[in-house]
Amino acid sequence: MWNPLRESSGIVCEREKIMKKNSTFRLREKFHQAKWDEPVIFEMHTPGERGVLIPEVEQEIQEAVGDGISSIPENMRRKSKPALPEVSQMRVLKHFLRLSQHTLGADFNIDIGQGTCTMKYSPKINESFVRSPKAAAIHPCQDEDTVQGALEVMYKLGTFLQEISGMDKFTFQPGGGAAAILVMVSIIQKYHELRGEGQERDEIITTIFSHPSDAAAAAVKGYKVITLYPDEYGLPDIAALKKAVSERTAGLLITNPEDTGIFNNKIQEFTKIVHNAGGLCGYDQANANGLLGITRAREADFDMCFFNLHKSFSSPHGCGGPATGALGVREKFIDYMPMPLVEFDGKKYSLNHNLPHSIGKVRGYYGVFPAVLRAYAWIMSLGAEGLREVAEVAVLNNNYVMKKIQELKGAAISYPKTPGRIEQVRYTWEKLTEDTGVSTEDITNRLVDFGFHLWSSHHPWVVPQPFSIEPTESYSKAELDEYLAGLEKTVNEAYEDPDKVKNAPYQSVVHKIDHHPLDDPEKWAVTWRAYLKKQKKGE
Amino acid sequence: MGRYVAGLSEEAEKGRVKRALKRKKLGFLVNPIAGMGGRVGLKGTDGREILQKAIELGAQPWAKERAREALKPLLRLMDEIELVTYPSLMGEDIAREYGFIPKVIEADLGDVTTEKDTKRAAKAMLDEKVDLLLFAGGDGTARDICSAVGTSLVCLGIPAGVKIHSGVFASHPVRAGELAALYLQKSVQRTMEAEVMDVNEEELRREIVSARLYGYLRIPNVERFLQRTKAGSTGNEKYSQEAIAAEVVEDMSDEFYYLVGPGTTTSAIMQRLGLDHSLLGVDLVWQSDLLGKDLNEAQILKKISGKPTKLILTPIGGQGFLLGRGNQQISPEVINQIGKDNIIVVSTKQKIHSFHSRSLLVDTGDSALDQTLSGHYRIITGFREAIIYKVSFL
Repeated sequence: MWNPLRESSGIVCEREKIMKKNSTFRLREKFHQAKWDEPVIFEMHTPGERGVLIPEVEQEIQEAVGDGISSIPENMRRKSKPALPEVSQMRVLKHFLRLSQHTLGADFNIDIGQGTCTMKYSPKINESFVRSPKAAAIHPCQDEDTVQGALEVMYKLGTFLQEISGMDKFTFQPGGGAAAILVMVSIIQKYHELRGEGQERDEIITTIFSHPSDAAAAAVKGYKVITLYPDEYGLPDIAALKKAVSERTAGLLITNPEDTGIFNNKIQEFTKIVHNAGGLCGYDQANANGLLGITRAREADFDMCFFNLHKSFSSPHGCGGPATGALGVREKFIDYMPMPLVEFDGKKYSLNHNLPHSIGKVRGYYGVFPAVLRAYAWIMSLGAEGLREVAEVAVLNNNYVMKKIQELKGAAISYPKTPGRIEQVRYTWEKLTEDTGVSTEDITNRLVDFGFHLWSSHHPWVVPQPFSIEPTESYSKAELDEYLAGLEKTVNEAYEDPDKVKNAPYQSVVHKIDHHPLDDPEKWAVTWRAYLKKQKKGE
Repeated sequence: MGRYVAGLSEEAEKGRVKRALKRKKLGFLVNPIAGMGGRVGLKGTDGREILQKAIELGAQPWAKERAREALKPLLRLMDEIELVTYPSLMGEDIAREYGFIPKVIEADLGDVTTEKDTKRAAKAMLDEKVDLLLFAGGDGTARDICSAVGTSLVCLGIPAGVKIHSGVFASHPVRAGELAALYLQKSVQRTMEAEVMDVNEEELRREIVSARLYGYLRIPNVERFLQRTKAGSTGNEKYSQEAIAAEVVEDMSDEFYYLVGPGTTTSAIMQRLGLDHSLLGVDLVWQSDLLGKDLNEAQILKKISGKPTKLILTPIGGQGFLLGRGNQQISPEVINQIGKDNIIVVSTKQKIHSFHSRSLLVDTGDSALDQTLSGHYRIITGFREAIIYKVSFL
């Protein structure tokens, strides 16, 4: 049955029928990206140029509030003015508009080449909700009574995620996946501390194909990180886990399916082994898109888990900005959660600041409300059945693309002894590289010429010459076919005229970027100041 | 290149690169007989008789093809580098074929070149003060260059031999050329020491594998280009080794003797302890003191007799041998005395990833012991970091 809401949520319905038909598509061989030769904004600095001229404060106000600076403690005041570029408003506008045309944004390209990132459509109608003053103009310090609607949205989204995962309570405070993982590790640490085992249990176990933040967050909290490697079937080895656990095990942080797209069907055995050793289990559900309504963290016996609202639940990715790592725990661990939690007594929504073992805050207030609102609207438009359909279509799309890629010369799936995948695949160009000398990075560069993005940065390269494709439920068959045509053309070129691929891209903004300085502490510079300093040093 | 973020205009950038390239010298050396044994089923071409046999079996010069491929990415720098090479088949021919006007070092070569020519050529390159020596060959060629120049010259191998166990080769000839270009353009400036492995061909033909760690060559440090680590770049190997050393030293106990196997990773541990040590041999440490350096099997057995001892090992060579290649002093008797539980395995993650999920290997010569030694090990990969990894036997 046609459901307009579902359609607007980014699933293309009747997918099974569409998949069997030939699609109409055209590979954009004449694509060309805008190239503005735009300077860095610091280079546009003109002393005295201003974007906004702020009027002098009236005498009366000045007398009432003072100069605004003397109230700041002496040692917190900076001695010199910040060296910010002085640029007029109109030049700033043009500068950033030009830069925006240098990107291959999610709304421009067929963004399935960013495997592990779950690039799906973020329905535009949801923007009208988050931009409405009812959402945009409220403040987190407002009295609870005046934001009942916002609290209701948060509470209800929490209950949806409880149903999806089987956990008992959710918080939206973590501002991203890594922050949610940090909360999981913090809860694990606090739990063992309160049991008097904080010192002894100093090891966290994870796997090489789990989200790298699982290892990083554990290290930040002072844990020794023990990483498991896959066996020949691409699954973390049970024998290795048995070797890893001991009375020093604090917990397990694991993704499933891992970034290979392979589902670990022994996951219950994993949680059991860790629980038997006295550790806790945290489920990194960054790869949940193929499992919605199908498997749950509870049945796999996890103590806690998180979802990325900016991946699986359609809110846009944020580069550390408007993301949300929705974190859920079992009943036993609710007291450990970050505060405040949104509660409902049947009449009124309120904020609970009274959690005896709370690990504290990982971010101000109670979360990125626009991300929560988008996810809420998205789930409401789909309903339970629709969510399951999201997962099924994501898996179907992935199977279709996987079959087509396996037909390409020189391409293969990693760990072929396990043929099945969930929502994404970690592939390898190893054969193609051996045959032609063309590497995965070269192919990445060539695909840019067709307006596509392929992400090869899957370090460490446990799988040689890697690339990952995650088609999600959002892309039409015509788009998948267009992307596949780009891959096919590139592969043919690699075998017939490898230099053509190696010298690509031809139609992009910057034709070749040398990545080596990014590897070298002597050379890398992520700020203008560091750039000037290191450039001077290098001369 | 120098465009960290953006900034320099294209012109300024080109000018800067050009200036930087001034006087850059590339040494280019081909071992013309390397690799001839491979296609005719021989294990290598070390020695005149084998070479004769290879030629009789119809072997074709293969190193030339490989070296030719490697020069291609350097063509665009033709006007900006000085190519220094050896006469005729040892480099000159290919260079001229591509239009280079090379500086050719004078040498009298026989109709068949030998290891002496390779060594002499490498020395001459050192005298010429080349910035980088790009050579085409196999393990034997690397060994000859290593014996001639050690780590005093930055080198890079074009894989063209039958045996490529050493870590000094790029993963593909084209990659060797690309990496050489990056190094000469100063895009890559870091270097690292990489293993030169030497498998005895005679014994290999009799199906006995006896490899040893011959020494180290200095190579440009970009892991994704290299043969031994196709693992993508994950940072600086040296820092990883220092982190591993910190972890191991922190956990050292006064009650144990520590037998430290060969390798640069284990040698970082000795450096952290401030001890003199042998890079290629086995050393013994107790309470941060050196009890013995470069010990042979008998010396080891005598010194550790009756003492609780821990053995620190790191995988050697591209195949990931933990025991039996490059550390045969650590014999089955030594291992039996120490006990499996007292083996500490260390490795940089970069090296582990280069094995692409393949097990590490043991081949002690005692198959029952090999079987006992196989299984999962905790491998120290950094400060407060470990992995669980499988070890198998042949």
